Amino acid sequence: MLKEYKTVSEVVGPLMAVEGVEGVKFDELVEVQLQTGEIRHGQVLEVDGDKAMVQIFEGPSGINIKDTKVRFRGKPLSIDVSEDMVGRVFNGLGEPMDDGPDIIPETSLDVNGQAINPIARDYPDEFIQTGISAIDHLNTLVRGQKLPVFSGSGLPHKELAAQIARQASVLNSDEKFAVVFAAMGITFDEAEFFMEDFRKTGAIDRSVMFINLANDPAIERIATPKMALTTAEYLAFEKDMHVLVIMTDMTYYCEALREISAARREVPGRRGYPGYLYTNLSTLYERAGRLVGKKGSVTQIPILSMPEDDITHPIPDLTGYITEGQIILSRDLDKQGLKPPINVLPSLSRLKDKGTGEGKTRKDHAPTMNQLFAAYAKGIEAKELAVVLGESALSDTDKLYVEFTKRFEAEYINQGFYTNRSIEDTLTLGWELLSILPRTELKRISSELIEEFMPEGE
Amino acid sequence: MKKGTIVKVSGPLVMAKGMEHANIQDLCYVGDMRLVGEIIEMRHDVASIQVYEETSGVGPGEPVETTGEALSVELGPGIVSQMFDGIQRPLDTFKAQTDSNFLVRGVNIEALDRQNKWAFNATKAVGDMVEPGDIIGTVQETKVIEHRVMIPHGVKGKLTALESGEFSLEDVVAKVETDNGETDVTMLQRWPVRRGRPFKKKLNPDKPMLTGQRVIDTFFPITKGGAAAVPGPFGAGKTVVQHQIAKFSDVDLVVYVGCGERGNEMTDVLNEFPELVDPNTGESLMERTILIANTSNMPVAAREASIYTGITIAEYFRDMGYSVAIMADSTSRWAEALREMSGRLEEMPGDEGYPAYLGSRIAEYYERAGRIVTVGSEEREGSITAIGAVSPPGGDTSEPVTQNTLRVVKIFWALDSSLAQKRHFPSVNWLTSYSLYLDDVGKFMDQELETNWAEMVQHSMNILQEESELQEIVRLVGIESLSEKDRLTMVIAQQLREDYLQQNAFDDVDTFTSRTKQYYMLDLILSFEEEAREAMRLGAYYKEILEGTSDLRDKIARAKFISEDNVEQIRALKDEAKEIIHNIVAEGGMTQNA
Ligand SMILES: Nc1ncnc2c1ncn2[C@@H]1O[C@H](COP(=O)(O)OP(=O)(O)OP(=O)(O)O)[C@@H](O)[C@H]1O
Ligand SMILES: [Mg+2]
Repeated sequence: MLKEYKTVSEVVGPLMAVEGVEGVKFDELVEVQLQTGEIRHGQVLEVDGDKAMVQIFEGPSGINIKDTKVRFRGKPLSIDVSEDMVGRVFNGLGEPMDDGPDIIPETSLDVNGQAINPIARDYPDEFIQTGISAIDHLNTLVRGQKLPVFSGSGLPHKELAAQIARQASVLNSDEKFAVVFAAMGITFDEAEFFMEDFRKTGAIDRSVMFINLANDPAIERIATPKMALTTAEYLAFEKDMHVLVIMTDMTYYCEALREISAARREVPGRRGYPGYLYTNLSTLYERAGRLVGKKGSVTQIPILSMPEDDITHPIPDLTGYITEGQIILSRDLDKQGLKPPINVLPSLSRLKDKGTGEGKTRKDHAPTMNQLFAAYAKGIEAKELAVVLGESALSDTDKLYVEFTKRFEAEYINQGFYTNRSIEDTLTLGWELLSILPRTELKRISSELIEEFMPEGE
Repeated sequence: MKKGTIVKVSGPLVMAKGMEHANIQDLCYVGDMRLVGEIIEMRHDVASIQVYEETSGVGPGEPVETTGEALSVELGPGIVSQMFDGIQRPLDTFKAQTDSNFLVRGVNIEALDRQNKWAFNATKAVGDMVEPGDIIGTVQETKVIEHRVMIPHGVKGKLTALESGEFSLEDVVAKVETDNGETDVTMLQRWPVRRGRPFKKKLNPDKPMLTGQRVIDTFFPITKGGAAAVPGPFGAGKTVVQHQIAKFSDVDLVVYVGCGERGNEMTDVLNEFPELVDPNTGESLMERTILIANTSNMPVAAREASIYTGITIAEYFRDMGYSVAIMADSTSRWAEALREMSGRLEEMPGDEGYPAYLGSRIAEYYERAGRIVTVGSEEREGSITAIGAVSPPGGDTSEPVTQNTLRVVKIFWALDSSLAQKRHFPSVNWLTSYSLYLDDVGKFMDQELETNWAEMVQHSMNILQEESELQEIVRLVGIESLSEKDRLTMVIAQQLREDYLQQNAFDDVDTFTSRTKQYYMLDLILSFEEEAREAMRLGAYYKEILEGTSDLRDKIARAKFISEDNVEQIRALKDEAKEIIHNIVAEGGMTQNA
């Protein structure tokens, strides 16, 4: 029988202090029963002598200090998992919220997970074809990677994420594939967009959704990605599935952390976010990967909106320091109508080198990628120069770069959210664009490759 | 062993009472799970303990047991080629023993294997007088590392027993008659990580450590015993630079500390290094590499310890007379661990929440690098070169970790996100980076290569600086406004940047450039410049030169892809350049005379 305490001494923001406790453990799961009978959940953040500090996921509203009963569950926050979760919808704390039957758990897992022993990791090097040129060729995604989308309010990150989920899944239809979707603080419309898209493509039958919306309790968001990642790990490493985890929007997750930190009166770091934000985020992002001897994989696409489009804001900044690259959406390109508005220059996939090339994609992959990057960067500079000094100030070569850049954006980047390009098609298009430039400019590609792949009659 | 009782748990910080018998920095076992921790503060009988494993499930009332010993590393044969965690638990044994892919808690593993027998080869004789640091025998630990077994600190006297043979770590290999009686010596030693190992004296680190990375070796050289900081925003290339140095630098041993960074990066090293051949020894790189992995999601307190574990191991091999390089990726994550513990101790926060002692801790760490004369009667020379990545928030290097680091290191490789975005790698900014060893290394290279290396480097640097000024003008009034001479400068600068400084770590040939090849490559570009300038002096036009050399310049650009076996081809290109430009002058001369 669990002991019940009625000794709540303080409720400040999402935090509650309980006194006179005994045998309470750090990080333990807590049940809070309100005077109305409603049960809420919490977690022990600190235990000092006989006083426990508890964070309440569903928030403090309506709590009565005198009549609230608190039970310490003697176990960490956990989720009951089973393969039957696939195709189902849960709330941010992992409780079913569709009309389906209860999940009969195969096992119950601590949502905090454990760090993977680096010895046990298998380096991610299997190409995932997303059908999006700017990703497949220039910022290649591989199985087990964590590759976030840095977006801004109003930019079409949801369209891009849905496109990836849709197109990446079809290629390997003979393998077991699942999408785990974690919504944190997004609007109903945005969540509905994903659901609708998944329904249309049938992906819904292969998805597990955890939904915490903007009007759901903010602190619950701290648990949501852990629920999702625990489920993903289970499906990947116990059930051999290739799992794509989409987490949106990480910014709201971080804001919830900040709220807790402020309530605890911790010394704030940059912009009020706690000093341990990096470590905290890494305990989520590092849960992507592959394991030696296991078939499945966990690939993460976290989405975050950069406050004021500022990439130096702590949330994108610390994310970029942890993830294996980033896909950056640009407001300028969006205004120009590019779909998807991916700014490839600051975007990056760090795992591309081992996931591309002969035997994976094609041998001309890396050289053409490097050349396209260099040419695009040069073209942008030339365009800027033309703005200041006029077209006439440009050398003949510069003018070719400007033309290249225009076509690169209009044809290569701007493929639309419903075009699914094979990597071969993307490479062919790349060569076609490079043929605009004089051969002497193509320093990053060997002459042999140019001979072999450059289209005739430039 | 004496026990205290936990009174408070707050994340990685645990407080326990009844600890009056314990000392600061004692290692202890925390809670029923016996998690490893270290005492960082004492107030009356209450000890503040930083715990090296996750503390969830730990609570007041549970016991804490101190070992009475400071956090130490085990030193002896069996370290090289291993990957350890931040407190020196070997991760392969960890996996085997726990039968888990994850780092489960409360696992106690000896750092070095006690069973393995090593072939010990005595190099002294019974009757010899020995003192701490003296080598009494060797063990071929890996194909390239000869482990030199030294008399431990505190032991001095006459050898009364010493024998070659097959021994395990705890077997007695020698006995020494000291003032306090006979002492057994084994191949296993322990050393507390927070205390630097002693040495006789420091020497000026003035010999280059060649890394095979052109921008480093040529423009911002590092020396054996020097210290360098690599700051840069995310994705700028800090890890790649450190991996490259770990692979190719001409040192005897490399200690690579993954401190609060990605798990996959450690796996990458672990997969790749055994396959790669060390250009200096011809053997696999793993034969000279030691890895310390405390990834970002591993407990933060162990992250704080990991760089000390790394540098203590480095010192031990330095004491054998080796040149060692240690990389820490990233020191910012270590500093953040320090900040987190400080916050939980409710210390007065300094700059950006970092504790006031941040600067002294950083200085203490880099002070442990250097070129030294070892203790012992043999007076060997050894060195530790320390390279630390710094990850400044938002890439802004005015923050405390970068600033405190710059106070102590003499080499600054500033990685630049705008270069990285243009895929100019390594993205070392040639205008803001510096190495205070440039002159020392220049002199050394002049002697070794019998050339005017220092002058060539200075000249190249001037061109790059001039370019940045000219670029300003071009931006304002266009390229046409530049004189022919200046336009040539722009061309040469571009060659220096694209054909010399840019180096692709993922290209089989380009990834490493020997000293000779670097010299040939730079000489090629500079002699092209010289010929071109001479041609202009003789009346050739800029445009003529440019058009007449487009194939040639293409060949110069591809010189980096000429393999080390064929570097003479770069030499040949130099002659070709001469000839082509002479022809331009000859033809141009005719048009002018006509
Ligand atoms: N010398 C190089 N040659 C080719 N590519 C490089 C080179 N250096 C860096 N890169 C590219 O830049 C990417 C990022 O480099 P790296 O991982 O070293 O960045 P970082 O500065 O360590 O970032 P973080 O702080 O996030 O760890 C690499 O994945 C690689 O694609
Ligand atoms: Mg890095």
